[in-house]
Amino acid sequence: MRSSFFSRKCIAGLLAGIVLTIPAMQAMAESTYVTKGSKAASLSSCVAETNDIRRNHMDYMKHGRDVTVRAGDRTGTFSLSECIDCHSAATAPGEYTPVDSEGQFCRSCHAYVAVNPACFQCHRTTPEKRD
Amino acid sequence: MSKENDQPTMNRRQLIGGAIATAGAVAIAPGVILHAVAGDGQAVKGASSEKRWGMVVDTNKCSDGCSACVDACNDEHNLTGFDRPATDAQWIRTVKLKDKQTGHINRMVMMCQHCEFPPCVDVCPTNASFKRADGIVLVDRHSCIGCRYCMMACPYKARSFVHEVLQEQAVNAPRGKGCVEACTLCVHRVDAGKTTTACQDACQKDGHAAIIFGDLNDPKSEISQVLKTNNSTQIRADLELNTGVRYLNL
Repeated sequence: MRSSFFSRKCIAGLLAGIVLTIPAMQAMAESTYVTKGSKAASLSSCVAETNDIRRNHMDYMKHGRDVTVRAGDRTGTFSLSECIDCHSAATAPGEYTPVDSEGQFCRSCHAYVAVNPACFQCHRTTPEKRD
Repeated sequence: MSKENDQPTMNRRQLIGGAIATAGAVAIAPGVILHAVAGDGQAVKGASSEKRWGMVVDTNKCSDGCSACVDACNDEHNLTGFDRPATDAQWIRTVKLKDKQTGHINRMVMMCQHCEFPPCVDVCPTNASFKRADGIVLVDRHSCIGCRYCMMACPYKARSFVHEVLQEQAVNAPRGKGCVEACTLCVHRVDAGKTTTACQDACQKDGHAAIIFGDLNDPKSEISQVLKTNNSTQIRADLELNTGVRYLNL
């Protein structure tokens, strides 16, 4: 009977977990993580459906990076530099906050899920101004 | 490219649909393998082995005291230094060669020679150092672990190591601490369909026109014509690496 006692306890724990998680998930789904002052804030959706991008952006970018660097095909739909162009918040015209700084677009979610994206060891974090 | 995401997505449905469609197309002609179902005569996207990009440097035209190509390269790829010439990144550098007997001085530029058989690729333990289909030798920083074997293997001392944390890199040249890097033959320009490199443009602008970039596989290209009509040299030709960068009057 020991095992069934444990399993019942487990199920009860799981149920409690789910009940607690659902409101949190709803809150997350309804909230927006687009940073104020960024170009993205003025748009209705991302380059694909927002939920799709939230769930799959890492795969899109990882696929894109191999195709870009190794095969030299830069025609893909998704590009990290476009993410940054759109999601970097402007403090003044032409002045941008890095997307990986405290409270900014990339950091806000990745800090929450304790993921440290290595992108910005090499990639720039603000839109590029080139003459 | 395999996806690491284990969640069922829209893409899986599309893949199954696509597989059924492809199966239908193949069933029309059993035994015939259709290689180009989706391609359909479109221009090849990305690097193609039909091309081999290369460069010719005319050492007679390379002018003493001029650093236009080096400056242009640094500007194009945002190669900022730390006032440490021994370790600062150098994708292209000027070299003086003096014949001690005659006193004749040759000036030339040295950079990654984009070998057909690159030693840096041979020694790379993570496959980060690689040669594209069109002959451009690159470092994939996503898999570079910074071991610097390639720097040891390169007979031309063409590669640099980034020792410092960098910020505000050029979009066209992402680069960072702990990775090896070298001349990319302005791969971002090549992929955009442009036909010149930054160093070539700068050299032309300064009136020297010592650098010619182009497709070695195209017999009509300027670089092929120059190589056909002039005696050119590969540096360390004895290593039989078949370099993509050739020198005139060396």
